[in-house]
Amino acid sequence: KSKEAEIKRINKELANIRSKFKGDKALDGYSKKKYVCKLLFIFLLGHDIDFGHMEAVNLLSSNRYTEKQIGYLFISVLVNSNSELIRLINNAIKNDLASRNPTFMGLALHCIANVGSREMAEAFAGEIPKILVAGDTMDSAKQSAALCLLRLYRTSPHLVPTGDWASRVVHLLNDQHLGVVTAATSLITTLAQKNPEEFKTSVSLAVSRLSRIVTSASTDLQDYTYYFVPAPWLSVKLLRLLQCYPPPGEEIRPAVRGRLTECLETILNKAQEPPKSKKVQHSNAKNAVLFEAISLIIHHDSEPNLLVRACNQLGQFLQHRETNLRYLALESMCALASSEFSHEAVKTHIETVIAALKTERDVSVRQRAVDLLYAMCDRSNAQQIVAEMLSYLETADYSIREEIVLKVAILAEKYAVDYTWYVDTILNLIRIAGDYVSEEVWYRVIQIVINRDDVQGYAAKTVFESLQAPACHENLVKVGGYILGEFGNLIAGDPRSSPLVQFNLLHSKFHLCSVPTRALLLSTYIKFVNLFPEVKPTIQDVLRSDSQLRNADAELQQRAVEYLRLSTVASTDILATVLEEMPPFPERESSILAKLKKKKGPGTVMGLEEGKRERGPDINGGPEPAPASATSTPSPSADLLGLGAVPPAPAGPPPSSGGLLVDVFSDSPSAVAPLAPGSEDNFARQGPCLPPTPDPGPVSIPCSEQNLGPPVQCKVTLPWFVCKNNGVLFENQLLQIGLKSEFRQNLGRMFIFYGNKTSTQFLNFTPTLICSDDLQTHLSLQTKPVDPTVDGGAQVQQVVNIECVSDFTEAPVLNIQFRYGGTFQNVSVKLPITLNKFFQPTEMASQDFFQRWKQLSSPQQEVQNIFKAKHPMDTEITKAKIIGFGSALLEEVDPNPANFVGAGIIHTRTTQIGCLLRLEPNLQAQMYRLTLRTSKETVSQRLCALLSEQF
Amino acid sequence: ARIVFLLPQHFHFNLMPVFLFVLQTPKKKITRELVQTVLARKPKMCSFLEWRDLKIVYKRYASLYFCCAIEDQDNELITLEIIHRYVELLDKYFGSVCELDIIFNFEKAYFILDEFLLGGEVQETSKKNVLKAIEQADLLQEEVSVISHSYTVSEITLKHAR
Repeated sequence: KSKEAEIKRINKELANIRSKFKGDKALDGYSKKKYVCKLLFIFLLGHDIDFGHMEAVNLLSSNRYTEKQIGYLFISVLVNSNSELIRLINNAIKNDLASRNPTFMGLALHCIANVGSREMAEAFAGEIPKILVAGDTMDSAKQSAALCLLRLYRTSPHLVPTGDWASRVVHLLNDQHLGVVTAATSLITTLAQKNPEEFKTSVSLAVSRLSRIVTSASTDLQDYTYYFVPAPWLSVKLLRLLQCYPPPGEEIRPAVRGRLTECLETILNKAQEPPKSKKVQHSNAKNAVLFEAISLIIHHDSEPNLLVRACNQLGQFLQHRETNLRYLALESMCALASSEFSHEAVKTHIETVIAALKTERDVSVRQRAVDLLYAMCDRSNAQQIVAEMLSYLETADYSIREEIVLKVAILAEKYAVDYTWYVDTILNLIRIAGDYVSEEVWYRVIQIVINRDDVQGYAAKTVFESLQAPACHENLVKVGGYILGEFGNLIAGDPRSSPLVQFNLLHSKFHLCSVPTRALLLSTYIKFVNLFPEVKPTIQDVLRSDSQLRNADAELQQRAVEYLRLSTVASTDILATVLEEMPPFPERESSILAKLKKKKGPGTVMGLEEGKRERGPDINGGPEPAPASATSTPSPSADLLGLGAVPPAPAGPPPSSGGLLVDVFSDSPSAVAPLAPGSEDNFARQGPCLPPTPDPGPVSIPCSEQNLGPPVQCKVTLPWFVCKNNGVLFENQLLQIGLKSEFRQNLGRMFIFYGNKTSTQFLNFTPTLICSDDLQTHLSLQTKPVDPTVDGGAQVQQVVNIECVSDFTEAPVLNIQFRYGGTFQNVSVKLPITLNKFFQPTEMASQDFFQRWKQLSSPQQEVQNIFKAKHPMDTEITKAKIIGFGSALLEEVDPNPANFVGAGIIHTRTTQIGCLLRLEPNLQAQMYRLTLRTSKETVSQRLCALLSEQF
Repeated sequence: ARIVFLLPQHFHFNLMPVFLFVLQTPKKKITRELVQTVLARKPKMCSFLEWRDLKIVYKRYASLYFCCAIEDQDNELITLEIIHRYVELLDKYFGSVCELDIIFNFEKAYFILDEFLLGGEVQETSKKNVLKAIEQADLLQEEVSVISHSYTVSEITLKHAR
């Protein structure tokens, strides 16, 4: 009964078997089989077996089926691949494969497939393809051979080179026996992942096979129909195979493509039909095929219609009573959310997903809901999603808290329109789940606060308030200490947060903190000495106390000694220089994102990022998600320390190296020089003790133009400026061109700013405006030449006066030539002077609009364009773009509130042209229809072309 | 006693190939961990769980839990039905199968599995075809050895079939 009794009994049995095997009397086949079988059983009970292998191998060469069978079973379950027996086993297998006895052959193939060791691959990789494609092989042997080969390929791909058998294997997809097709499909799928080219003919065969299955009646396939679903396993496998390839080309193989689309539509249609059986097996099999079809649709990511249908179908599953379906629907929707075609459709389910977060009883389902919320988040719903995630965090399972913290931190940063909201969110995170807030998260909030001066005062105030709580998390003390050390002065005017109050508040937490945090607080104190001379004596007293100066921790002791000395010896100037406010951090990939990627594996997060990126920059701006202070300006004083070239290194608190401090103290300028080379080394040694050494990871500047090698670039940024008058037109390593323009009726003025980004002069600097002969008759541009030398770091301005003579299509080109350091530079960009700039908005009532609309009904006057949305279909952004385009946006004119209508007049020197426009979005299909009616055909065409580019 | 069958699609870790019985406390840490995870699931929870870098699909039939370990890309629902089809095959072969059938005839359970799944992939989904293959083998067995299962290991197993 008891555990001991069991072990005792088993040991007795083992001893018995051992003695039988060792005995003088040779065992007959039957007894051998019996004992080998017993050993196997004991092994399966969970006990180690270290003998009997030899007897099992002997059984392999028996001619009795049962004995052979048990021998093979023992080998399959118990043999380990480095066993010396493998040669004997392989020999027996070889004999059985050659025996022409189908049952023996079957056993041998099963054994290879189950063991699949390297030695077996070496021995049989040549033989098995022959069995697989030979004309006289039995179906069951073909099936086994296909899966054997697959197994060997998985363990040792290099030992299984695809040969001339590849094309014949592909043709097994046409085999009459569905079991053969099923096994072959598994094999081809795996092989095609590595050698897509060799197996590409499988695509059309798989599509036609799939098509025959999905259109067959449920009885056609006889025993391959499973609970009224025709061949579900094979269907799933075929759909998997197709996921190894891009969608069949529309031009090259329209028939295949059409047939596949039909199949997918049929599968989606069937999901809507009433179930043929109430059994869960029926629905599982049917939905297994459906989910695999959706995976394929997502993989292709090319048919907006199918993607949206898939999304709607999954939406129904979100509320299904089967937990399994809810789980899978959430998971599958995550992938849909990153497709630009279905992102909006996924967003409509936000409430259901939030409800799932609150009501699902299974943590793995809640986890999927969190993933989906993260994937569907964009600027329009970020506040809601972040709030929901924060409130879920209070009760979330410990196992997934850290991940949620990372996700919230990323979303809050990415979609922060208002950085006070960002700061609040992160402080909430620390309050709710401080233990799960990793270093990356609090480093990041500090980087952002330092880089954005508009939020610094708020951050200081908020951390100060949060620190008032009697028990606050150590991470909050870190953030608070750092931020007050940098920006405490911004709130010091209020007597409730005077310098002394700030200091006392921080110091009250000091003794509860770990060594690294204390070290950070000491740095804050020395920064206070600089910020607030009035608390200097208090701080010096603290530094001087035994608990600091004689602290057992070397780092703390050293800091206390050095800071005390610094505060006593250094002049205010030096203090101010050494304890200068931190320079902005260089922009780089968020370290939190990197961490999440590492945690989740690259797939998920990357997918999201790429999906979002495809939608391109948001024309009408709003602040970009990442703080855009890409052009970091190292504070001038940093140069004094020789650090100008290395802005990321904190110029703030002195590094804790004694030698360095001495250098700083000696006032003579000559002593400053040797500082620079050593400084990097010193910073590198700071470890976690000093204020956040800005996060690890490669420095990359997000603004890719800055890294462009050859400075000669012609960029077409025209679409960008169609709805905007100001911005950066061009930028490379040397030169930045900014624009500011204003237009009134048919006149305009444009200010062009040329910025020299280098420290060297530009010589012979000559910008030229080029209009083609044709354009000159429509557009008149006047400007004065600029000074031919542009000093390093300087900016020159050029004014262009513009007059629109008559409507035009082309854009003028701005060509700039100059010499930089001996090389000749040439840059050409199109100037964004477009016809719509001469638009004057016209307000009108619904009645007038439609009256004029009818008046402009001749075919030349109307131009229509139907196009796919290139950006998220956000109503507010669309409105802003129409207004930016120059026309009036007429509300409550169109009977369909989803549509946009606009009206305006284009002014030229000679005429005025009335324009009406109507934009009809189709969210389902992610398409727009844009109609323009003006009194002049060329104007209609040009405006339509310009505006179509915007959505 | 509970039994867990593992049918790993690809053998990433050194689990015993094909499937294994786990009675009470399995020895290997990895299987013990998995068994504990699965047994901790409550009814009505979803049948899929992430475990290490795999997905576990499991289904309970009376006192037996059947588990499959699959990879991220694999289809969960069809895996559930792989389990069900296997149970159907056992049921058909043994005639309303119970735990003890599987324990005392574990080798048959293996043979049926080998016909249905091979190397972790579906080989033959037709119930008829699988059972036909097994019956043929059984016939062969009858011809060669007329002696019945006198060697059964029942004497050492009854104690563990708790």
